[in-house]
Amino acid sequence: MGMMEDRYRGIARAARQNAFFSALTLLSAISVLVVLGGVIATLGVGAAPAFQTFGFDFFITEKWNPVTERFGALAPIYGTVVTSGIALMLAVPIGIGIGVFLTETCPLSLRRPIGTAVELLAGIPSIIYGMWGLFVLAPVVQAHIAPTLIDVFGPIPLLSQVFGPPGYGVSVLTGSLILSIMIIPFISSITRDVFETVPAVLKESAYGLGCTTWEVVWNVVLPYTRVGVMGGVMLALGRALGETMAITFVIGNAHHINASILQPGTTISAAIANEFTEAVGDLYTSSLVALGLILFLITFTVLAAARLMLLRLQNLQGG
Amino acid sequence: MDKSLYAARRLTSGIFLTLSFLASLIGLGALALILWTLIQQGSAVLDTSLITEMTPPPGEKGGMLNAIAGSAIMVGLAMAIGTPLGILAGTYLAEFGYHTRLATVVRFINDILVSAPSIVVGLFVYELIVATTGHFSAFSGAVALAIIVIPVVVRTTEDMLTLVPNQLREAAAALGSPRWHIVRKVSYRAAQAGMITGVLLALARISGETAPLLFTALNNQFWSTDLNAPMASLPVMIFQFAVSPYKDWQQLAWAAALLITVTVLLLSIVARLLGGKRASP
Repeated sequence: MGMMEDRYRGIARAARQNAFFSALTLLSAISVLVVLGGVIATLGVGAAPAFQTFGFDFFITEKWNPVTERFGALAPIYGTVVTSGIALMLAVPIGIGIGVFLTETCPLSLRRPIGTAVELLAGIPSIIYGMWGLFVLAPVVQAHIAPTLIDVFGPIPLLSQVFGPPGYGVSVLTGSLILSIMIIPFISSITRDVFETVPAVLKESAYGLGCTTWEVVWNVVLPYTRVGVMGGVMLALGRALGETMAITFVIGNAHHINASILQPGTTISAAIANEFTEAVGDLYTSSLVALGLILFLITFTVLAAARLMLLRLQNLQGG
Repeated sequence: MDKSLYAARRLTSGIFLTLSFLASLIGLGALALILWTLIQQGSAVLDTSLITEMTPPPGEKGGMLNAIAGSAIMVGLAMAIGTPLGILAGTYLAEFGYHTRLATVVRFINDILVSAPSIVVGLFVYELIVATTGHFSAFSGAVALAIIVIPVVVRTTEDMLTLVPNQLREAAAALGSPRWHIVRKVSYRAAQAGMITGVLLALARISGETAPLLFTALNNQFWSTDLNAPMASLPVMIFQFAVSPYKDWQQLAWAAALLITVTVLLLSIVARLLGGKRASP
């Protein structure tokens, strides 16, 4: 009799421990949602004074004047979009190119080391990119890249504005270049992964029809993996939009919208990083928090779209 | 006629494949250039005084002991907060709530938080802790870093646990083990290496994070182990010193940059080797 009771007690204890442990995991899972809710709620509260004071004008005003306490988010939003856009234009072909090289032409024994090396780029902290950009890349931009661009595009009417007067190397272009290096590994590793999901039979049938390697990539591999590649690109875009330290070093923190990408500008994240600790007055702080909220909502949307695309791909494959 | 068309197609293919090769060279070249600059600039000032002396005022010799210690304290505390939370949440997603709607939502949100801008996390913790307590503190810096750790650990924990064959769990269940026992003694054991990979990746990620510390832990020119006061850290020190006009501050920043990069890259390489498979960046 005593033994049975012992056993019942043991089972009851195990059940209690089990319930406790599973409740603990549930609470931890919910904490992920709490973080998200917390970010939106606290930033919303912090940004409220700025939105109340400026209303919708906050989004369409370029002026950013701490002295007169007039704040508008247009210049940083513009800078964020432009730097990320240029970075994507450069990084997408390079990233996809690396994906093609790693899956199609690279000798098997080199695939892993090269793939790993490129992915290590993603591991380098962004402050290192910033420092490297300031001391190494910016002088190169000033001495070589900017003059070349001006020489090439100077005679063309509209483009001469975009590649306008030479600056000091600290510019929107420098920021974009640094960003593009940083996001290459995101694009290349996802591209390679989705390229590897293309069934060999598909590629072999195309080769059997006499296609060249490039024709197989262009007509079979890319159409098959379109959604996945798009997902990777969106993921990279999400990273680029929110990137802070690398940009902060090289963009110059100028709250102007300048047609020329050779001139200084600012981005949302750079403005926050540069000014937040020095911001005096509630309205100034609140405006910076409002910038942060805008940034979070933009990146959230982009990253959500990226995830949905990658999820769709996964479901298509039944994985 | 036919032959020339074929030659043209071969040529196009050759051109594009060469371009894709060049793209890889650009990627590798960027990595090599950055590492080379770091080694060249950083090793010039490598000296034992770096780890025995505090950050100096401009114009004097010194080290970065306070920044190294500050980074170690805050990163350590962040890992201590973030790792258990992340592992438990990942366990829920993979073991207890796999098919629930809650798990689907958490999984989705978590994947977004992995890539969310870290500066926003800094703002969040500023509003949450710094603004309410009225002062900057190392503790708030650690909390900000912990928030970055959680999604990374959740993601890898879940991935690694789902790789554990269900037969193992069923076998243990058939022996009468309670669920939580199975999770600890079977699933965790089987997924151990992969889960450690995730923790190491998270560690690598926050070791170099600067933006979340800027307005939480702030910076400190002096030795401090007080969690309730501002604390120095290597990344914030780099930021302050690199943009300063002083040559010796800039050199210290390079040394710190070399130190951080070597640490972070070694961590990610060890994590990869341990994980056995490619872990996504």
